[in-house]
Amino acid sequence: MSKITLHNLRHSYVPQPAGPDDWALKELNVEWSDGGAYALLGPSGCGKTTLLNIISGLVHPTKGRISFDERNVTDAGPGERNIAQVFQFPVVYDTMTVRQNLEFPLRNRGMPESEIPKRVEEIAEILDLQDMLPRRAAGLTADGKQKISLGRGLVRSDVNAILFDEPLTVIDPHLKWQLRSKLKELHQRIKVTMIYVTHDQIEALTFANTVVVMHEGTVVQIGTPVELFERPQHTFVGHFIGSPGMNVLPCDLVNGAPHVAGQPVKVQTKASPKANGQRLEIGVRPEYVRFADSGVPAKIIKVSDVGRYRVVETRCGEERVNVIVNDDMSLPADGAHLQFEPAFTGLYADGWRVD
Amino acid sequence: MNEKAPYQKGWIFVIPVVALVAFNAVIPLMTVVNYSVQETFGNNIFFFEGIKWFQAVLTSDRFHAALGRQLAFTATILAIELPLGVAIALAMPRKGPWLSVCLVLMALPLLIPWNVVGAMWNIFALPDIGLLGKTLNNLSINYNYTQQPAAAWVTLIAMDVWHWTSLVVLLAFAGLSSIPDAYYQAAKIDGASPYAVFRYIQLPKMRRVLTIAVLLRFMDSFMIYTEPFVLTGGGPGNATTLLSIDLVKVALGQFDLGPAAAMSIIYFLIVLLVSWVFYTVMTRKEEA
Amino acid sequence: MRLRWLVPTLYILFLMLPIYWLVSMSFKTTNEILGGLTLWPKNFTLDNYITILTQPVWYNGYINSIIYVCMNTAISVTAALPAAYAFSRFRFLGDKHLFFWLLTNRMAPPAVFALPFFQLYSAINLFDTHIAVALAHTLFNIPLAVWILEGFMSGVPKQLDETAYVDGYGFWRFFVKIFLPTIRSGVGVAAFFCFMFSWVELLLAKTLTAVAAKPIAATMTRTASSSGFELGLLAAAGALTIIPGAVVIYFVRNYIAKGFSLGRV
Repeated sequence: MSKITLHNLRHSYVPQPAGPDDWALKELNVEWSDGGAYALLGPSGCGKTTLLNIISGLVHPTKGRISFDERNVTDAGPGERNIAQVFQFPVVYDTMTVRQNLEFPLRNRGMPESEIPKRVEEIAEILDLQDMLPRRAAGLTADGKQKISLGRGLVRSDVNAILFDEPLTVIDPHLKWQLRSKLKELHQRIKVTMIYVTHDQIEALTFANTVVVMHEGTVVQIGTPVELFERPQHTFVGHFIGSPGMNVLPCDLVNGAPHVAGQPVKVQTKASPKANGQRLEIGVRPEYVRFADSGVPAKIIKVSDVGRYRVVETRCGEERVNVIVNDDMSLPADGAHLQFEPAFTGLYADGWRVD
Repeated sequence: MNEKAPYQKGWIFVIPVVALVAFNAVIPLMTVVNYSVQETFGNNIFFFEGIKWFQAVLTSDRFHAALGRQLAFTATILAIELPLGVAIALAMPRKGPWLSVCLVLMALPLLIPWNVVGAMWNIFALPDIGLLGKTLNNLSINYNYTQQPAAAWVTLIAMDVWHWTSLVVLLAFAGLSSIPDAYYQAAKIDGASPYAVFRYIQLPKMRRVLTIAVLLRFMDSFMIYTEPFVLTGGGPGNATTLLSIDLVKVALGQFDLGPAAAMSIIYFLIVLLVSWVFYTVMTRKEEA
Repeated sequence: MRLRWLVPTLYILFLMLPIYWLVSMSFKTTNEILGGLTLWPKNFTLDNYITILTQPVWYNGYINSIIYVCMNTAISVTAALPAAYAFSRFRFLGDKHLFFWLLTNRMAPPAVFALPFFQLYSAINLFDTHIAVALAHTLFNIPLAVWILEGFMSGVPKQLDETAYVDGYGFWRFFVKIFLPTIRSGVGVAAFFCFMFSWVELLLAKTLTAVAAKPIAATMTRTASSSGFELGLLAAAGALTIIPGAVVIYFVRNYIAKGFSLGRV
């Protein structure tokens, strides 16, 4: 087990990268501490899988360095890195039984025969595979096969890290829950670094202690679920996490204070914002917006009842602002005004949070 | 994959096919069966002979010899072409311009008329003026396929390997290209050796196409006529007289219609039976 | 593993050698051919090709071959399409047996059928016509086409058919406008195989023709035996028979790999 560090990592799939669009991964410096449970969250095509494959050694980065503890492994193959990886679609060795599938990574690494059965039984028990052990892997359902893939990833006890590439895509929703809790439970038991790639925020937030959010080849924020929610470092994080996502409104500076639609807005920032040609916005989650008698004027467009609360869609000029309102509160008739909770309202310059 | 719906009018869709194939298969087959149980002395006078011709064919040394040569030939070319084809498919580039070049050049022999294949090898291997034959003799290897049975066999087999290995290559390659990258990646992560990758990933995924390859190569090599006929004419002597060459000699050469017909039926049944056995054995494991 | 490229390279070299010899011989004079081993034509001549392209006996052979091969491909694929659709979509009485029976015809040695075919097509006055050869070749090409197309069609989800019917398409309009375009690569592959097997087959083609529809391949064998040792002419004729195949391969080169899996991988 070890700490994984990425230094100045960049990757491109084109041989001679020219513009920024050629880089699948732009300059990255990330440290994954030993024993952490990480989620790598981002929309499709943001470079998550590329990053994962670079860590496991399946892809060699164009530039930069990867170290496990102090050892530079940039040029080491996946076999030498002692990493386990589970892929999006189940990979099972069709001609083998479930047991042989689980034994395969152990035998390849020369584990003494006497220890193999014990280890296999252990993993089979965790994944509820005991009854299937003697069966041929080919005949199983998609989620049965994916459990085997997970099992092959987990069966080695000495790995540096276990990487998951959207492993629950093919699993039925009700089993997803179950397997995710299993993984979480397992992480607590064996304390090995786990990196879990997903584009599903719920999956990421429930699995991980630390979430790494990626967008267009860069890491935009690394933080705990609470940090991502309360203090998004980038408007993208605000949009992407939360349902509905953070409201982002363009703002002007009047005498050094941010104003939205002519109304002053208090934001949570120590720095005094300057207008030096940057695009300024304020971001506030719908949870921290409420109706008031004064403030930013808005018009109610639509109300959706989602159960425990209502989501009210309003227009403030051209901009849409969502407001989350409890069921028992009445809505203003027309000519509504919005107030933003200052502690949870951020100022963003060119998309990045000004702290 | 798709659940099929019971629909008796499905028959309407297959009428054209059944009509065409029945016309071509049933009438000639009946003709053959008819001949096989009769004796003729010309003038369209026939006598019913029952299974006499079948007994005669099945007990004749000539038929046994031809069948033996046929089996030896088919077994040899299968033993060479399958492993060779798989090995070449494994070594082919996976994508890019070189792949197209490989595929086009490799497919070429498959589209050459069979007698041209025979003629090509005939002149290629001629001991006095052919590139292969002359070169071998220049290296002081005594080689003359028109006179030495062993040389004729080697040439015949080399020709078949030349002609048909590409079919195995293309089938195996099709099987290989259907393997998703994740399998190779998982194998790397699991620390699998190249042999293990072949044994547990590539071979199982090629199973279906290799079944097709074995069946096609078995059937076609068992029915081979034109290429050996043009290359050696069955000689020297009867050294390379395979079943179909023998059959045509009997039917058209000696006009012994009865024995030829009986032989045809036995021949056809052998192909059917062996194909069926191959097919059952090779697909049975898949279902287990 | 660095030497991996050697394997296909050596194999292709082996494939090209006899072809090279044939082509090189076709540009040689008879004297040079009989005179000994020359790797490259010393007295480069086009005479052999001129003979073939100017004498009707020769070039008619090519025309005849191409006519019956195209006829056969059209007949085989057209007849096989509805049948393959039925096998991939419906269950009907005897469907499995019928399918197997069709395939057994692919296993029928042409040598077995040569004589009865001659009698059959003579009896219906089709002997020595293009259509006779085209029909005879359907014996092995229809089973193959049905088999290939069935493989491709089974890969198309049935929901496609159902959606089209819900949208108000009649069967034939659906089949032609929607289904055929969906499986066009399958149709291409089936046509390729029909072309290929009809083009390379000689025994039946030779048996069923005499003059009017004689294929080029048969012209070659007869000339080789009757007019002495004209190896150069024979080589030129052979080299020319490679061209249609090469052209067809070039057009389908991007589908070859998928094509040879017959849609069943």
